[in-house]
Amino acid sequence: MSDSKLKFGVVVFPGSNCDHDAYYVLKEILRQDVRFLWHKEKSLEEVDVVILPGGFAYGDYLRCGAIARFSPIMNQVVPFARHGGTVVGICNGFQILCEAGLLPGALLRNAGLRFICQYVNMRVENADSSFTSQCKPGQVLQIPIAHGEGNYFVDDATLRRLEENKQILFRYCGPDGSVTPEANPNGSCANIAGIMNEQGNVMGMMPHPERAADPVLGHTDGQLIFRSLIDRLLQREAVHNHLIIERS
Amino acid sequence: MYVAKIIIKLRRSILDPQGKAVHHALESLDMRAIHDVRIGKFIELKIDSHDEREAGRLTEQACKQLLGNPVMEDYSFTIERI
Repeated sequence: MSDSKLKFGVVVFPGSNCDHDAYYVLKEILRQDVRFLWHKEKSLEEVDVVILPGGFAYGDYLRCGAIARFSPIMNQVVPFARHGGTVVGICNGFQILCEAGLLPGALLRNAGLRFICQYVNMRVENADSSFTSQCKPGQVLQIPIAHGEGNYFVDDATLRRLEENKQILFRYCGPDGSVTPEANPNGSCANIAGIMNEQGNVMGMMPHPERAADPVLGHTDGQLIFRSLIDRLLQREAVHNHLIIERS
Repeated sequence: MYVAKIIIKLRRSILDPQGKAVHHALESLDMRAIHDVRIGKFIELKIDSHDEREAGRLTEQACKQLLGNPVMEDYSFTIERI
C-alpha cells in the first residue's frame, strides 16, 4: 500500500456488468490503484479491497449469486474476508456475499415482482463503520438501485443481532429520512438496503454507489462510501506504519 | 442408475409474491376454491450409482451445498431407479 492510494481489485464474473463502472470511479474519479480480477484467477494480487460488482453473474441461474460463490476467485475472497480483508459487494455482489455465507440473510424476489431501476433515498444508520465514516449519522443519500432480487430477508433472531451490533448501515427512507413502508422499494426486511458483517470488514448493499459518483451524472453521494473506505484504511495503515517505526 | 427428483420451495414463513400473483390470476378465472399458491423449483439429477442410499446421500449433499439456500428454501426429493 502506498501512502496515498489503496489498491482495489474489482472481480469480473461472467455476467458482471458494473465492473467497469466501479473501475472507472475508483481510478478516474477517486484516483486509486485498481485492477480487474478475473473470476478464474487464483490470486487477489495483494489488493487492499475486493469489490464484487453488480451484474448477473452466471446469468443468475439457480439463485442470484449461487453459482458465482463457487468461482475459483471466491476460494481467495472468502479466506481474505475471514482474515479481516475488506470486501464490498454491490447489488449482485451483495447477493454473492450472502450466498457465500460472508453476510447473513438472503435476497429474495422484489415484493412487487418487478425489476426496479430508480434513485432511492437511503439513511445512514451507522456512520462509524469503515464504509460510512465520511457520512453523518442519519444522513440521507440518493443512490440508484437496479435489481429484481433485492428484497433482503433474514430471520428475526439474526435481525435483532444485526440491530444490536449496528451492522445495518443503510435503510431505504423518504427524502426526510423517515423509514416507512412506502419508502421501501422492494419489501426488504426492516427497510434494509445495506449491512456489514459483525467484524465490520465485509459490506453488502443493493444500491449502486458507483453509479452516483461521477459529477457529470449529477449525483455524487456514492463517493462518500468509497471515500470512507479510502480514508479509514489509509489511516489504519498510517497507524500501523507508525507503530512499526516506534518499535524499531 | 438413479434419478433424483428434487422440489425446492420457499420456506413457509416467507411471502411468495410470485405465488400470490398467480393466485390472483386463478381467482380472476373464477377458481375460488384455490386459496393459496406457492411456486418452487423442480430439479432432476441423473446419478451413476448402483446403490440407492448412495444416490440419496449425494442428492442430499447437492441440495445442502448448492441447490437450496437454507436461509429461504426447503427441499425434498425422491430417488427412483431407471
